[in-house]
Amino acid sequence: MAYNDDSEPLPTALKVLIAGGFGVGKTTFVGSVSEIEPLSTEEILTTASAATDSLAGVESKSTTTVAMDFGRITIDDQLILYMFGTPGQDRFWFMWDELSDGALGAVVLADTRRLQDCFAAVDFFESRGINFLVAVNDFDGAFHYEPDEVRAALDLKPHIPVVLCDARQPHSATSTLISLIQHLLSATTSLST
Amino acid sequence: MGMAGPRDERWLDADAGRLVRPYTVSNGRTRPTTKLDLVSMVMSTGRVHQARLEPDHAQTLGLCAGPTTVAEVAAHLKLPVVVTKVLLSDLIDWGAVTTTSPGPVAGPSDRIVLEAVLNGLQRRL
Repeated sequence: MAYNDDSEPLPTALKVLIAGGFGVGKTTFVGSVSEIEPLSTEEILTTASAATDSLAGVESKSTTTVAMDFGRITIDDQLILYMFGTPGQDRFWFMWDELSDGALGAVVLADTRRLQDCFAAVDFFESRGINFLVAVNDFDGAFHYEPDEVRAALDLKPHIPVVLCDARQPHSATSTLISLIQHLLSATTSLST
Repeated sequence: MGMAGPRDERWLDADAGRLVRPYTVSNGRTRPTTKLDLVSMVMSTGRVHQARLEPDHAQTLGLCAGPTTVAEVAAHLKLPVVVTKVLLSDLIDWGAVTTTSPGPVAGPSDRIVLEAVLNGLQRRL
């Protein structure tokens, strides 16, 4: 073990998760807000257990590989925000503890035509106690449901924001992240009062 | 990196598939010696020269010239995160790379950090 003990501190990297069903626009969202072209990486997960950080068992068939895209925003010289798009094709990422551990919060992207696709993500963040908001991604400019209808359909608790966004538009996607951080700030306020 | 040439292919069969290469890179080791996570920052100390290292370690070190994260190094190496961590922890053991200690340096309840992020995002609008 040799952790950084130099006088010049390394910046701190923070992460938020961009979740939702397959094809809902997670990668598009990450690309819209990121200052770099989104990068892609993968992890080997053992399907037998939730253990990560281990290659034990890669020779057996009880493994799966999940890929995810991510981007970053440099906040200042000491803070860097990473946006990780959760793997969309399967639900194995729910076993990827490391992806969600320590996350500031999450954006759950919802497509009102396939609202059920984001149920799993909502359940996951609720069970992990990770604060999130739901962002209804406006694909074709015609919202089929009002935010309150989405809230009812997803059975969201009243304090969870539902916002509209266009993941293709940097301004809109960035505004969604801002809404998330404001939600996180209000959550800390309510904790301390 | 990533050059699985004809020489390598005879080692692959349907069962082993793509997993052979990561397992080889990590030299059969299954755990990094230093606890790292996806957003652990890593940076070269400048104390070890790339030329003295095997290609995988040299390339990994080369990606750490400035502060970066485990996730970014893994993406550029095109290797799974767990394999990247093994390579990075070797470099940390050798004094070639420094990292921040893991753990919640800034949690979701850290108002000062959240406000800094909020201001930073608002400046981008």
